[in-house]
Amino acid sequence: MTTGFLRSEFFHNYKRSTSAIVGSGLMLFFAACVLIGPFLVTQNPYDIASLDLMDSYKPPMWLEGGDSRFPLGTDGQGRDVWASILYGARISVFIGLVAMIASCTIGTLLGLIAGFYGGVVDSVIMRIADIQLSFPSILIALFLMSAVGTGVDKVLIALTAVGWVVYARTVRGSTLSEIEKEYVQAAKVAGLPNHKIIRKHVLPNVLTPLIVIATIQVGTFVLIEASLSFLGVGVPITQPSLGLLIKNGFDVLFSGLWWTSVFPGFAIMTLVFGINLFGDFLRDELNPRLK
Amino acid sequence: MFGYLLKRLIQMTLVLWVVSVIVFLMMSFTGDPVFMVVPIDATDSEIAQARRLLGLDQSPLVQYWRFLTSLVQGDFGQSYVFRQPAMTLILERLPATVEMVLVAMVMAVAVAIPLGVYAGANPEGRLSRTIMAGSLLGISLPGFWVGMVLIYLFAVHWGVFPSSGRGDTAELFGLRISLLTWDGWHHIILPAVTLSLGTMAILLRMTRAGMMEVGRQDFMKFARAKGATRHDVLYKHGLKNALIPVVTIFGLQLGDLIAFATITETIFSWPGMGKLLIDSIYRADRPVIVVYLMLVALIFVVINFLVDLVYTLIDPRISLK
Repeated sequence: MTTGFLRSEFFHNYKRSTSAIVGSGLMLFFAACVLIGPFLVTQNPYDIASLDLMDSYKPPMWLEGGDSRFPLGTDGQGRDVWASILYGARISVFIGLVAMIASCTIGTLLGLIAGFYGGVVDSVIMRIADIQLSFPSILIALFLMSAVGTGVDKVLIALTAVGWVVYARTVRGSTLSEIEKEYVQAAKVAGLPNHKIIRKHVLPNVLTPLIVIATIQVGTFVLIEASLSFLGVGVPITQPSLGLLIKNGFDVLFSGLWWTSVFPGFAIMTLVFGINLFGDFLRDELNPRLK
Repeated sequence: MFGYLLKRLIQMTLVLWVVSVIVFLMMSFTGDPVFMVVPIDATDSEIAQARRLLGLDQSPLVQYWRFLTSLVQGDFGQSYVFRQPAMTLILERLPATVEMVLVAMVMAVAVAIPLGVYAGANPEGRLSRTIMAGSLLGISLPGFWVGMVLIYLFAVHWGVFPSSGRGDTAELFGLRISLLTWDGWHHIILPAVTLSLGTMAILLRMTRAGMMEVGRQDFMKFARAKGATRHDVLYKHGLKNALIPVVTIFGLQLGDLIAFATITETIFSWPGMGKLLIDSIYRADRPVIVVYLMLVALIFVVINFLVDLVYTLIDPRISLK
């Protein structure tokens, strides 16, 4: 299995693609930060007892007045910016991943149903998708959040509500071409129940294009969540994601305290850039048509 | 042609109707608007009376019907905060937003098309790779963060551009326009650059992909063979054919720019309708949110329609059906 992968064309191309290596490297680095990050820092930014107001607004350590305990400086409560980023990245990545999985599941299901059964169900699902696609995701999410209020769960719902459409469309398209094929016809003639044909035969054959969409979507979701939180309609202040860190930093930017907002932005950029680089590589690999 | 227009008109109305239903449904989740209009120390009977006056004591269906009929009549109600017609508030701020979106769009196109054509014509070149990496970075950056960094560098640190507001405006046909004054230009540069980056990156990538696609086709070889200059081959033969998908994206991007303008306007305190929307969301000023959403929905529907029309102009092979 392993040697098979190491010899595969996919791995061969991977080794030769700088962008794929850099992209996956950034993603891995980020994953490591999210997983073990909190063990790397001594301060828990959520634990008020570990904060000291005497440490507030310390610049990054390489600037005058910096403190080696706080490599990227501190915010107004004496919170270590580096520690806040490590904790905030967890929330951002969690939201991005969970919303992607939810969107993918719901979208794939609706796409399969629409493509397999056709008729009224198909029309209804696809018209909803059409209408939704004519509006920018960020605006729909902003509108939903303004109606339901802040909260991690609500951000997840809003992101899923805008995210399912791409999967439904793609899966419906592939399903339509799959059900014409002989193996599905054969399964029908053999008398398999519909749900079994969908699950065992159609589903595995429509999944490949979703890998690219799902990869890129995590990055898109992290950005949308950050924008919502920046506008104050995303996560609550008790669970500050990277976007909320930037918002908090923005409030003191005009006093010249740039580090509380600039570094969380770099973190988002690193993650999303890594995802997009790797996603581009995946797109080229999995879509032979574009080669 | 006429049949097509009629069909599209019905479709557009239908979309707007669906949007009105969704807006109405979502708005009924956002808490009780009666508390926005009564004073804090209102008695129960006063609250009940206000509720009756607002028609909130009626069934949801009746309420929706009243909502829809007033929408159709162009009556969007009074802002709870400003005590002015919500429509007037939005329309007052519309020019500022449109202005910023247009400047951002022009910037994006002016940079994206030449760079995209270049990167598509020389896919392996070092400069092309740099351009592509830059464009990927462009879609990976949180726009609001870029705006903040620009504010810090250009307004706080170097002090060369103002950090907020719209500056002086001049009047043209009763509209207040910043682009007619030097000070207005001075104020619009930073927000417009912030807003344009994402669109610039996407248009660039689409142009490049389109150019690479047409580059392989016979008419390009033929154009080269007949001795057309490199510029003519790329721009007259190549770009014209590569533009079709770009036009679709262009339409979608115009919508995205209007949406992202809400964020950019918030950062730069740009007095447009996007900032008004965000402020109204904070204050639960329902009528203003409704006007904004319906107006923006109308704009998007019209943009999509225009994009389809433009298609037929650039590509006679596509017919209106």
